Amino acid sequence: MAFKAKIKVTLRPSILDVQGKAAQHALENLGYSSVESIRIGKYMEVIIGEDFRAEAEQVCTEICQKLLSNPIMEDFSFELVPVN
Amino acid sequence: MADVTVGIVVFPGSNCDHDTEYAVASFPGVKPVMLWHNDHDLKGCDAVILPGGFSYGDYLRCGSIARFSPIMREVIDFAGKGRPVLGICNGFQVLVECGLLEGALIRNAGRKFVSRQTTISVANNATIFTDRYEKGEMLRVPVAHGEGNYYASPETIESLESNGQVVFRYTDAGGNATAEANFNGSMNNIAGIVNKQGNVLGLMPHPERASEKLLGSEDGRRLFESLFAHLAGA
Repeated sequence: MAFKAKIKVTLRPSILDVQGKAAQHALENLGYSSVESIRIGKYMEVIIGEDFRAEAEQVCTEICQKLLSNPIMEDFSFELVPVN
Repeated sequence: MADVTVGIVVFPGSNCDHDTEYAVASFPGVKPVMLWHNDHDLKGCDAVILPGGFSYGDYLRCGSIARFSPIMREVIDFAGKGRPVLGICNGFQVLVECGLLEGALIRNAGRKFVSRQTTISVANNATIFTDRYEKGEMLRVPVAHGEGNYYASPETIESLESNGQVVFRYTDAGGNATAEANFNGSMNNIAGIVNKQGNVLGLMPHPERASEKLLGSEDGRRLFESLFAHLAGA
């Protein structure tokens, strides 16, 4: 039994997202004037070989805190999907 | 000067390691020793330098993978004992990722990788890395980075400022910390900081690339000179 963690890492709201801004300007140039803001983040899929959801959740939280995100500038969220 | 040994950490993707080695070796009585990222000991070094480059290809976040390499466990331990650690550019990014220094280095506000000569001023000359400079002295030192925009919470910035931990600032030719001089968008024009204990310095500009006249500036030289004199007990 294992879980697939679908992890999203996003820049905290207070951090200027220069990539998002650049993409937003490009969309303005394409005529999409209703696009008000873009924030670009990261999406990761991690397979965690734990039998129980609670353990998988704990591992996932730890790896997000220790490596996959930097709490000073990023937030993370995830969902766990059982896989066989 | 008594014999001093300085370790220079080589990560996969470091590219200023040999420039740093060259600069360090130019001081009489100072011997550079290269430390591979997979090494487990610091070979009796008196100080450690984390050089510039793109360790581990800047994957995930700049410096984030390097932080977990075997040699960094030793470096963190070494720094914890009050021994000197200097991080230049990518080395500074590694130091903030591993928590030896506070804050984070995010994408330059102008989006571009900036590679050019800059002016920085010495905000604190009462450190082991800067005591051969005058306070407020302006230095011509090059930068080359895409993620050098120093960011920290307002509380952290306030404590850095009140403890004198801001060591270098981007300034104009008159020494003013203007918005124009702050090409990467760093909070408070911060170009380099030390930890509270004063034994760990990180800076984005490259003093090793300004260590002799032929390179266009030797303003970076006294940073090494300050440190080495301290290590030799001079």
